[in-house]
Amino acid sequence: MKSYAYYPGCSLESLGKNYHISAMEVASKLGLDLQEISDWNCCGATAYYPIDELLAYTLSARNLAIAEQTGLIDFVAPCSACYKNAYSTNKLLKSDPELAEHINYALEADNLKITGSMNVRHLIEVFLEDVGLEEIKHKAIKPLKDIKVAPYYGCQMIRPRKGDENVENPMFFEELISAIGATPIDFSSKTRCCGGSLIITNRSAALDMVSKLLQDATSNNADVIATTCPMCNVNLELYQRQVNHEFGTNYSIPVMYFTQLMGFALGSTEKALKIPRDFFSKISLNIGMEPS
Amino acid sequence: MSVDYSFSNEIENMMYASKLNPINECIQCGTCSGTCPAIEFMDHSPRKIIGMIRANLKKEVLNSNTYWSCASCFHCTVRCPAGIDISDLMYTLKRYSIWNNQYQEDLIGPEFSESFVKMIVTYGRSYEPALAATYLPKYSAANIMEEALTASGLVLNGKLNIFPKKIKRIKKFQNVVKRILPLGEAK
Repeated sequence: MKSYAYYPGCSLESLGKNYHISAMEVASKLGLDLQEISDWNCCGATAYYPIDELLAYTLSARNLAIAEQTGLIDFVAPCSACYKNAYSTNKLLKSDPELAEHINYALEADNLKITGSMNVRHLIEVFLEDVGLEEIKHKAIKPLKDIKVAPYYGCQMIRPRKGDENVENPMFFEELISAIGATPIDFSSKTRCCGGSLIITNRSAALDMVSKLLQDATSNNADVIATTCPMCNVNLELYQRQVNHEFGTNYSIPVMYFTQLMGFALGSTEKALKIPRDFFSKISLNIGMEPS
Repeated sequence: MSVDYSFSNEIENMMYASKLNPINECIQCGTCSGTCPAIEFMDHSPRKIIGMIRANLKKEVLNSNTYWSCASCFHCTVRCPAGIDISDLMYTLKRYSIWNNQYQEDLIGPEFSESFVKMIVTYGRSYEPALAATYLPKYSAANIMEEALTASGLVLNGKLNIFPKKIKRIKKFQNVVKRILPLGEAK
């Protein structure tokens, strides 16, 4: 069983708790061991950089340094903002020894040191690369047949660019959805921003951004929007009522973490994944299928 | 020797971590503006803001809501044909405006960032419901949690936390932070 240094991040302790629970469930089904690192701190999300850039790097560096102490190689984050912050901090410190020295001086106050040895990865990346589509397909004993899924990538999982990967039209999420037997819809807004923390700081802008995503998913007949980030999930799910109120629309589309969809296909119960009861059988009935 | 830096110099110097091209490489093509999902809510487009910085229109730039309307989605950054990290520029302007205490008065962004940092420095972790509740007078953190959990079909038994739990090594964590940022200054 392969082990990973797992950094859940703050959202997965509160609004994104069902992401954490379903991530652990899927990992165990796939034979992966996610070991939560000890006494981790907030990564700073998007709110730190406006105050102090160095502090923002230091916060992620502390988590990376704690992970380095475990002797594990992979630092895995399920939240796109945590992932982006850890990834870019790790990369920057490796390329900038002076900055690393400065940050290590700060970390010394907690007996920590960062060397930049961790391999920072998003949770979905681990499932796709270390388990692989074939294996996932093989283990999907309850394929989500005929369920149409909008693959919502959001922003910080794929941006900024890391190498020469396709940031304009990534397809790995569609491939994963197909592997669990569901049908990915053609979702042209898949990498468009959900508004992130603008939902608090600029409500009208964020609601407008959310409404455009809901419109695109709905007009392409998605049964469910799948997310890879707690902030995206909260904005798309929790604010539908406000969007409807604001724009006179009538959206009522389920939003789920990709781990919840995967887990169900892998044979976990709705209860274990924190999915509303009979969710999939209701969708199946709507499209004239026998409930699985 | 003292050197008088122009506003555009200052902004460029502050974009330290951005290993991409400086803003004077901008060709004013407007790809960033065409990409930005929040542009309808900005006083000036990202393209125009870059032009204004280069023209040293410091007051007009800082008094606009443009950079505080940026969601940091990096969509403009990956598309810029001149290779400028425009999202990082927006972060830079946010920092500059906080340091100089100069921004549009009715914006929530600056205050939100400061209370976020305050929460982290106190607890080591953040707790969105409490942060959201600060800006939604009608709701308490427990209301927000309750609503979120109901919407996602997740029901937890027991009382909901209103604040995050402190991390175990909070004192040491604060000492780490102190070596970077004098705590008195993180209001």
